[in-house]
Amino acid sequence: MAVFNLTINGKKHQVDVDPTTPILWVLRDHLNLVGTKYGCGMAMCGACTIHLDGEAMRSCSLPVAQVSNQKITTIEGLSENGDHPLQKAWLEHDVPQCGYCQTGQIMSAAALLKDNPKPSDEEIDAAMNGNICRCGTYIRIKAAIKTAARS
Amino acid sequence: MTKTKIASGRRSFLRNTLFAGSGMVIGFDWLAQQSLAAAKDSLALPKEWYDFNAFLKIGDNGLVTIFTPNPEFGQNVMTSMPMIVAEELDVDWKDVRVEMAMHDPAKFPNAAFGQFTGGSRGIPSKWDALRKAGATGRQMLREAAAKAWQVPVEEITTSNSVLQHSSGKKATYGEMAAAAAQIPVPKEVKLKAVKDFKIIGTSHKNVEGPKIVTGKPLFGLDYKVEGMLIAMIVHPPAFGMKLKSFNDASVKGMPGIKDVFSFKTYNEGQEKGGFDANAFPELVAIVGNSTWEVMNAKKAIKAEWEPFATYNETVAGFGGNKSQVKVPGGLENSVDHLAKMKEFASKPGRVVRKDGDPEAAFKTAAKVLERSYSAPHLAHNCMEPMNFFADVKGDKVKVAGPLQAPGLIEPTLSARLGIPAENIEIEMTRMGGGFGRRAYSHYMVEAAIISNQVKAPVKLMYTREDDMTNGVYRPAYYATYRAALDKNNNLLAFHVKAGGIPESPLHANRFPAGAIDNYLAEDWSIESNITIGAFRAPRSNFIAAAEQSFLDELAEAMKKDPIEMRLELLRKAKANPVGKNNDYDADRYAGVLELVRDKSGWANKPKSKVHRGVAAYFCHASYAAHVLELTLEDGKPVVQKVTSAIDCGIVVNPDAAANMTEGAVIDGIGNALFGEMPFKNGVPEKTNFHNYRMIRMSEAPKAIDVHFVKNEMSPTGMGEPPFPPIFGAMANALYKATGKRVYNQPFLGDKQELGM
Ligand code: FES
Ligand code: FES
Repeated sequence: MAVFNLTINGKKHQVDVDPTTPILWVLRDHLNLVGTKYGCGMAMCGACTIHLDGEAMRSCSLPVAQVSNQKITTIEGLSENGDHPLQKAWLEHDVPQCGYCQTGQIMSAAALLKDNPKPSDEEIDAAMNGNICRCGTYIRIKAAIKTAARS
Repeated sequence: MTKTKIASGRRSFLRNTLFAGSGMVIGFDWLAQQSLAAAKDSLALPKEWYDFNAFLKIGDNGLVTIFTPNPEFGQNVMTSMPMIVAEELDVDWKDVRVEMAMHDPAKFPNAAFGQFTGGSRGIPSKWDALRKAGATGRQMLREAAAKAWQVPVEEITTSNSVLQHSSGKKATYGEMAAAAAQIPVPKEVKLKAVKDFKIIGTSHKNVEGPKIVTGKPLFGLDYKVEGMLIAMIVHPPAFGMKLKSFNDASVKGMPGIKDVFSFKTYNEGQEKGGFDANAFPELVAIVGNSTWEVMNAKKAIKAEWEPFATYNETVAGFGGNKSQVKVPGGLENSVDHLAKMKEFASKPGRVVRKDGDPEAAFKTAAKVLERSYSAPHLAHNCMEPMNFFADVKGDKVKVAGPLQAPGLIEPTLSARLGIPAENIEIEMTRMGGGFGRRAYSHYMVEAAIISNQVKAPVKLMYTREDDMTNGVYRPAYYATYRAALDKNNNLLAFHVKAGGIPESPLHANRFPAGAIDNYLAEDWSIESNITIGAFRAPRSNFIAAAEQSFLDELAEAMKKDPIEMRLELLRKAKANPVGKNNDYDADRYAGVLELVRDKSGWANKPKSKVHRGVAAYFCHASYAAHVLELTLEDGKPVVQKVTSAIDCGIVVNPDAAANMTEGAVIDGIGNALFGEMPFKNGVPEKTNFHNYRMIRMSEAPKAIDVHFVKNEMSPTGMGEPPFPPIFGAMANALYKATGKRVYNQPFLGDKQELGM
């Protein structure tokens, strides 16, 4: 066990955990931030996507000890009132089916738009291919990303 | 009628007493989860709620709560079902708040599918009850207004949550709710005419959308109470194996680990229900403080396994029919499965249907077309792995989590723990996917057994590896089709022989049965210890692929357009049906084919380099057809567009139904091209998404254009029917593109690289 100081969604948090604990479980088990999902635990599905200093990261494969001063953003901190352009576009396109993958999808998309505000279809595919949607909402996800990019 | 303040049912009693003080760390209360964006135009909480019926309560300020009886796994019941109640209640949709109902067989009887979400029966099975619930509420409100205003009830009209009389008198539903709740429940109510629907048939957004996109706790895996422990299981590495021994010493001292023990999911001799999956009846449980600590212990534990010998067990099926089921010993291989299936396919099967004299017709045929098709086991791979919360306190049980069929598992849990069903409270969380997998909720029983043992609230969680290797798969299947043609390429006879491990996918009375004078359908099956279960459109999901590929090849042999050839057969089935038990409606079947033909522009030549495939199917109670257009880029198929036509009767929530169809198309293309769970010596060879190939965004069709047949038939189901025919459309388009027919799924296997 060791104590770690983390900055998550602009707030400081202190946790006392095994240093190998992935950020995913720090968020879910220790800080009750459960919007970040577990899907595979091996960086193959994207359900656990967060931002580390603004970059998309699979939190299931990111041990807490590897995060020092970097700022973590989770879906809970993506916007104050659930009104990030992507969240609004997601509602406009009524994207979710089961909804389980969607927070990870939105976090991947948010990192993409930050770097590339007007991505092409191919760039969207490339950025989003690591996020599985078992329900098959890919077409709506892509449409929502384009809508958000226009706004 | 009671106010909800006064606890009325045993379940609310339980809720108030048993778990008072346990204190949810993460609130599941829907009000607490309202995002600001969603709450903008909505009403505040009422001071008083008034119960009208199992589906409905109205607040004194006009806020209406509608309860969804069936659990939600993405098929939109949580929005569509309340829409039906709201329609008949004539309430303004913005005044409606939706809550998931608790499992309650008194309110939602197990007959009529109860609270079971599956078989595409959700909306169809509740259609009447939901309409009546809303209409009853409206009638009671009108009667209360009539009484208050001293006018005949017939003169009271309603619109958008307001009661009105021609005298100018007006009241909101909220104002009249208290009085209306005192009105005796009317025995009969008048339902709206379909043409007067304002809510049904108009797209409404997913009521949980705002919570989903902001990451609120909705799913079983998000469930948490104070003092809750995390549990995981260790199961045998192979089907055909059981636990021999395990060494807990190395694990017990690990940080955060509370307990390690083995347990049996069923009591000795306990009679099973048809949905009590049973691959690994004895498991090792590891219980600890946090997920990561338990995961580490799970990696460290040493267990020994041994093969089991063949045994029999008694299983009571859906209708209560008991049967002896043999569970064969042995470590099975997919390679042997295929060889065995071919062997069975070459022998006579069990004749399920025979019309005319097919044997004679085949003898006199000028040409016989014979083709065989196969498909492997598939894993469901719901995005949210199996999990359940359980808190067993003495003779009271609270369980919460993702499951499709609470009514099916409650008796199993009750028998296993020896606790009466009245003392079991089941809360249904939103499910991260279902696809049939969560109709087999043995994991809920496992969670309760573990909680009972450690005397603490527990959340059992399967890792992705557990989820993928623990069984309940789509069976492996094989089918052989034969057609006899005369020298002018007229169809004389048709023969299908289909089987699988451990069940046959045959539907002997479906199209083209009824359209062909000489018809023979046979089946066979091979026993196995690999547990199988319903997988989105069970059986249909394979047999449609085989049949629709064969019909495509047959149309070519008959020198006919594949759509026109099917329509000709359907015209025959309509005008002059062969046999008695044809279980499809030839007009509705033809209807989706004609619609997809027109909407896809089938009559026009495909654009250059575009290759098209068509397929249609009837299953559950609905009809679906697809035209799939693909191009080849560097030899890889790229699906440009899918045009879909669906006849599922009245479409309650059109955009959500389109979403479901898009999902079925993408899911089907993914499974057709890549889906496969192979076994070697009983071991499931794919364990996580690094080797189980799932369809990704770049592989999804570029566009899906969904059309619904417009009619006034009561809904006939939507979740499954669009799924089976897409496999055939894919196969037929691949043939056009490559000149080679594909007969064995997955069509591409692991050959195609990930497009990333
Ligand atoms: S859970 Fe992290 S990528 Fe799947
Ligand atoms: S919406 Fe269910 S996995 Fe994406």
